Amino acid sequence: MSSSVSQNQQPTHTPVGLIAFAWALVGVPLAYGLYNTVKAASALFGA
Amino acid sequence: MAVPSFLARERIVARPGFNRWLIPPAALAVHLCIGQAYATSVYKTALVSHFDSTLTAIGIIFSIAIVMLGLSAAVFGTWVDRNGPRAAMFASAVFWVTGFLVGSLGIYTEQLWLLYLGYGVIGGIGLGIGYISPVSTLIKWFPDRPGLATGMAIMGFGGGALIASPLSRQLMSWYDPSYDPAVAGTTPSGNAVAGLFLTLAALYAVFMMFGAFIVRVPAADWRPDGFDPASVKSKPMITTENVSANNAIKTPQFWLLWTVLFCNVTAGIGILEQAAPMIQDFFRNGETSTVLAATAAGFVGLLSLFNMAGRFVWSSTSDFIGRKPIYMVYLGVGIILYVILATLGSTATWIFVITAAIIISFYGGGFATVPAYLRDLFGTYQVGAIHGRLLTAWAAAGIAGPLIVNGVLDSRGTPGQLVAGDYRPALFIMVGLLAVGFVCNLLIKPVASKWHESREAVEDFTHEHHTEEERSAVR
Repeated sequence: MSSSVSQNQQPTHTPVGLIAFAWALVGVPLAYGLYNTVKAASALFGA
Repeated sequence: MAVPSFLARERIVARPGFNRWLIPPAALAVHLCIGQAYATSVYKTALVSHFDSTLTAIGIIFSIAIVMLGLSAAVFGTWVDRNGPRAAMFASAVFWVTGFLVGSLGIYTEQLWLLYLGYGVIGGIGLGIGYISPVSTLIKWFPDRPGLATGMAIMGFGGGALIASPLSRQLMSWYDPSYDPAVAGTTPSGNAVAGLFLTLAALYAVFMMFGAFIVRVPAADWRPDGFDPASVKSKPMITTENVSANNAIKTPQFWLLWTVLFCNVTAGIGILEQAAPMIQDFFRNGETSTVLAATAAGFVGLLSLFNMAGRFVWSSTSDFIGRKPIYMVYLGVGIILYVILATLGSTATWIFVITAAIIISFYGGGFATVPAYLRDLFGTYQVGAIHGRLLTAWAAAGIAGPLIVNGVLDSRGTPGQLVAGDYRPALFIMVGLLAVGFVCNLLIKPVASKWHESREAVEDFTHEHHTEEERSAVR
């Protein structure tokens, strides 16, 4: 997804596993929070 | 102030081929942690009981933290821009975690002043540095979608409370078996809150350090594939020039935007602060309300969801329709919604819930869109520092919003006996504030060229003349 650069540098490759791990690390707690909030909000609709 | 070499900006310049989608989770790792600041209500009653104090005295802890957020973002903004996101995230983690540790000590030793100092002052500094730490980096990595990028990070600040609230209840029930979060009226012990603080400190240290160590800044000449900077030049409200933080605060554009943010946040806080009692009061019939306490708690949860979603959805939308038009929506439609809330809000629960939820989504959207608006007006040069200074509007609104609502309600009756009509004056004050914000937004024009920085000054500031050795040191 990244980039064009003119520098004389060794290109790198970001491992897909690292990106997936990073997103999971923030995504899993966020999903936990969302689930609990939706559960609380469901009281509003008499569920 | 120099930073250790492993934190220096020069050490984290990404090599070609680095995937920019590693940056949003780095930013989220910080914002999800500092977003805990909005979850303080879960242990508020426990602290009142532990310190044999009052809600006001305990509530001051949160107020100190928010004021320190605004002040530290303003004071350290230039330092953050100069030294880069790793140093800023690292510093934020140290302050935030230390705040919890000192706060925990204060609870264990029953020294309330230590809680003020720890969570309020030290933690508040961590909040301010952490809040602005990823903003300019994200804008540089996503020049094609700055609203989306900052929306993702600032959504994390809203999401942090969503995680911390249930997690805190669960942890406190483990540390104090007599506390059952499912049973109304039970309160965790002070020591359970102290234990919670220690646990959160450990968790947040790990998360925030992870963010600090995976974050990278793009090389000066990096561009995303297919992105043509010339396309930016063609938009009149988006500058390709740069303005320093010191000069930005001398421009009318900064203060107009400060007022816009202040008005938008004050109006949102007006609802957020009173959400649970407000929905019950709007549907009060004599001594009782047709809305149960559990339903009111559900309403608060729904607002949290809209607050978070609004940050991402509206900020991303601003990439397509422009920053000025999206604020016209936040403020203009906000005026209509507030009038509906004040006049028709008590006629049906669904009208009340929908209007309040959309208003709160605009509140969140206002926070998340403002960094991209600043980028459009002042360039990327010191956008973090300018953002930091603008956040003083948040601190001011944090004082003004509750003052307006509580002042009006105090003059109308006692809590538990208020009805929809008692809220009307406060809601119409918010309408007036939004109208002021709307006009200020309309008055925002591109910044005059006399404030633009030279290219040399910009490069000197960010150390973007990296040597080959410096670059090869970076993985």
